[in-house]
Amino acid sequence: MSVSLKAKIAEVFEEPGCDKNQGKSEKERKKGCTKQLNPGAAAGGCAFDGAKIALQPIADVAHLVHGPIACEGNSWDNRHSASSHSQIYRSGFTTDINELDVIYGGEKRLFKSIREILEKYDPPAIFVYQTCVTALVGDDIEAVCQRASEKFGKPVIPVNAPGFAGPKNLGNKLGAEALLDYVIGTVEPEFTTPYDINIIGEYNLVGELWQVKPLLDALGIRVLSCISGDGRYNEVASAHRAKVNMMVCSKSMINIATKMEQRWGIPYFEGSFYGIGDMSDTLRQIAKLLVQQGAPDDLLERTERLIEVEEARAWKRIAHYKQRLAGKRVLLITGGVKSWSVVAALQEGGMEIVGTSIKKSTKEDKEKIKEIMGDDAHMIDDMTPREMYAMLRDARADIMLSGGRSQFVALKARMPWLDINQERYYPYGGYEGMVELVKQIDRALFNPVWQQVRIAAPWGDDGETLGAVQPAAKPLDFLATAAARSLGLEPEEVPV
Amino acid sequence: MANVVESKKACAVNPLKMSQPLGASFAFMGLDACMPVMHGSQGCTSFGLVLLVRHFKEAIPLQTTAMNEVTSILGGYDNIEAALVNIYKRAAPKVIAICSTGLTETKGDDVDGYIVTVRKRKPELADTEIIYVSTPDYVGGFEDGYQHAVTAIVKTLVKPLPVRADQVTLLPGSHLTPADIDELREIIEAFGLNPIVLPDISGSLDGHIPPDWRGTTIGGTTLEQIRAAGASALTIGIGEQTREAALALQEIAGTPMEVYERLTGLEVNDRLLQRLSALSGNPVPAKYRRQRSQLLDAMLDGHFYTGGIKVAIAAEPDLLLAVGSLLHEMGAELRCCISTTKSAAHALLPAEQVLLGDLEDLEQAAADCDLLVTHSHGRQAAERLHKPLLRIGFPVFDRIGNAHRRMVGYRGTMDLIFSIANLMLENMDHHHAGDWPLTPEALRAATTTSARMADVTVTAGSCSTGSCGGCAPSNPTDLAEASV
Ligand code: SF4
Repeated sequence: MSVSLKAKIAEVFEEPGCDKNQGKSEKERKKGCTKQLNPGAAAGGCAFDGAKIALQPIADVAHLVHGPIACEGNSWDNRHSASSHSQIYRSGFTTDINELDVIYGGEKRLFKSIREILEKYDPPAIFVYQTCVTALVGDDIEAVCQRASEKFGKPVIPVNAPGFAGPKNLGNKLGAEALLDYVIGTVEPEFTTPYDINIIGEYNLVGELWQVKPLLDALGIRVLSCISGDGRYNEVASAHRAKVNMMVCSKSMINIATKMEQRWGIPYFEGSFYGIGDMSDTLRQIAKLLVQQGAPDDLLERTERLIEVEEARAWKRIAHYKQRLAGKRVLLITGGVKSWSVVAALQEGGMEIVGTSIKKSTKEDKEKIKEIMGDDAHMIDDMTPREMYAMLRDARADIMLSGGRSQFVALKARMPWLDINQERYYPYGGYEGMVELVKQIDRALFNPVWQQVRIAAPWGDDGETLGAVQPAAKPLDFLATAAARSLGLEPEEVPV
Repeated sequence: MANVVESKKACAVNPLKMSQPLGASFAFMGLDACMPVMHGSQGCTSFGLVLLVRHFKEAIPLQTTAMNEVTSILGGYDNIEAALVNIYKRAAPKVIAICSTGLTETKGDDVDGYIVTVRKRKPELADTEIIYVSTPDYVGGFEDGYQHAVTAIVKTLVKPLPVRADQVTLLPGSHLTPADIDELREIIEAFGLNPIVLPDISGSLDGHIPPDWRGTTIGGTTLEQIRAAGASALTIGIGEQTREAALALQEIAGTPMEVYERLTGLEVNDRLLQRLSALSGNPVPAKYRRQRSQLLDAMLDGHFYTGGIKVAIAAEPDLLLAVGSLLHEMGAELRCCISTTKSAAHALLPAEQVLLGDLEDLEQAAADCDLLVTHSHGRQAAERLHKPLLRIGFPVFDRIGNAHRRMVGYRGTMDLIFSIANLMLENMDHHHAGDWPLTPEALRAATTTSARMADVTVTAGSCSTGSCGGCAPSNPTDLAEASV
């Protein structure tokens, strides 16, 4: 790993805005927060993946991956970050290096690739991503990018986050560093207003930003740049003229917020678009900080009025589901949408949270969960798929909300499941989004298909598979239970 | 027939190709109670996993040795050992299959040597088979990785055995779906023969509901079956990519081999059935005679929609050959053929040229084509060009039921013909009443004398909606008045 990358990683770990860090001693902090991965028991993406996730939503830019086909060939076109303008970010660009490049270095190929892209597609900028193999053979992407920028007169931005540097989360931050080093502050906006904000760490998945933006528009608040959902290169480059930065709850790019505060004195706060209360708090915070920064103070009052109207409307729409959802038990396994942000909406819909994962939560998060759910809040640190499966199979939960990876745990247990992480199809942002979430839960739970799939085969060999290593612990019990539930009975009530 | 040309571009745009270790992992998915491991940094595994999940809509067992920058430089022995031990403890698979990646190949890890050492140091792994295959990311593609993995399985596990006259080994290429494999198994069994399928993703990735949660693959070729392959009377390979493993079987156990370049199409299936008939001494079952005649009829019905169409197709070599040849036999012209890696299959393709390239090449060449054929990543090009897209191969992430799509045998060929023909039908231009408006001059000419006006009124009146812009260049009120 290059010296500069090492320094960058150390710097990212020093992050003052990270409250996990604040609780650590000087020495612990130096060690960084990436714990060593466990070979043979690890999951999740690499630093390159993280950097790409963070930056790819900048939609008018060509994202060029410098490495063998694995990194881009296996991963492009796999996320739902929506764009209202350019579509070039959806194209996969890679140097697809070969054996000769490994031996002699791939810098020449990289330079040529940059030229080809500029000639063919003429984007306002190119982002070049470093990967494991090209980092290991010592390709200096910073130098190539600099030379290309000079030669072609277009920004060519190196993103130095090879996969082996660490996990996805570190990659998010390294991606953010690339913006700080090469992009933000390089362009002046055409005009500014006292209502200019940046939103940082929001990726506009399935268009969630658009569920929130109308609220800001209505208040006259201008999103100078969103980093990076639905982003434009020039907007991001002029982000330093905003009055306020909002850091969206996941702290993936906190370093942008803290460094922009140091460099340009832009105050930031952390907020969330998920959950009704959180959405309101976010609007309040934005208004308050803008007024502090010199915006006219009628903004505060207008904001309160908007909140009042929107909240009332949202609660009313959620209450509509209350009867049907009363008593339904939800297992919440997520690190993405903050585990507690959605809890209030679920409770308002009459549901009970039987467990929420806190794998990626901070100490504050955990306190917040306790505050909302009471002391007996069932917090799950790390649950194996087998445990999740057992919990669902034994009907200790009625539905699981999680990311796509664990969906089959629920589906194979013949239990409803709803995607609330990055591959979800439905947007859950703002007031609109919470109503949508409850609606989707309702839709998943009451789909008649669940009754169908739990009907046991009349000949009794249901569920038998070819060569399974271990038979089910108690397959017959399970089927009886399932059959009972499909008849609307409790298992005890089944006449034998 | 086709000339192979390599792309001169430095930058691949919208890659068609996927990596070798992913192809190898895919092959290992077809072994029962197996845990495939990529020896590399964790991102590679994560990307491969996501792709497999999105295609099959199944839980996918796939692990990583989680190399980081320090272990990459020092060498990955410790990570391999830790991975093997951890996997053994967590999931107790019968087989652990290791694929190298670009990272560990660049460093030059001696994995074969590592495994020998692990065996000595960790006696608890004695009952677990370990297969290793070298698959650098920067060489070849998905199909190559699959090919090497199947060969590695054979070389690691198969030993010569006394021949059983009624047993055959079936080596499916990576382009076959679980349904394809089921179809072939059924065909072979219909002759009274017992097939050993290697590897058999029809057991593991066919989407069924198992009775319990398992960390490893569920279903697929068992260890016993792999070992028994040494007794087969014949090896049948589907696709050029299976030749390497078939040759390995021949070398190890002396098994005669037959590699079919494809099993999509009429004549190749005739050949297969005849071979099976000769081997078993049984006649071709009535069922297949009937299917054959159905296929003939389907070809007749289908050719109206495929005859003369120009096709742009991008796929891995064996799939390109299978689908491309069928399209050619159905009268289509293979205008643009893109593939990922070198293969003897390209020589057989009825096209002028095969370009080893990407989907940008496809998009550029497809402007005057009637149909695009490639995996789901072709959807962006199809949208931009407003052309129908036939999704084939891997990955197909925006459709469900991929495991059950069939393309081999008479029936599978028929299914494919129907999908193509229906796609063309669906995208056929519909004509409207206003599609052929008269020129203003013609209309003016037609309306100058009162005798002609009556005729024009009739024509205008025949347009039932009246709202159609195409037939309204003249003033209808005038005409109505004139006819009174
Ligand atoms: S771990 Fe390295 S080689 Fe693998 S995908 Fe990530 S950057 Fe590429």
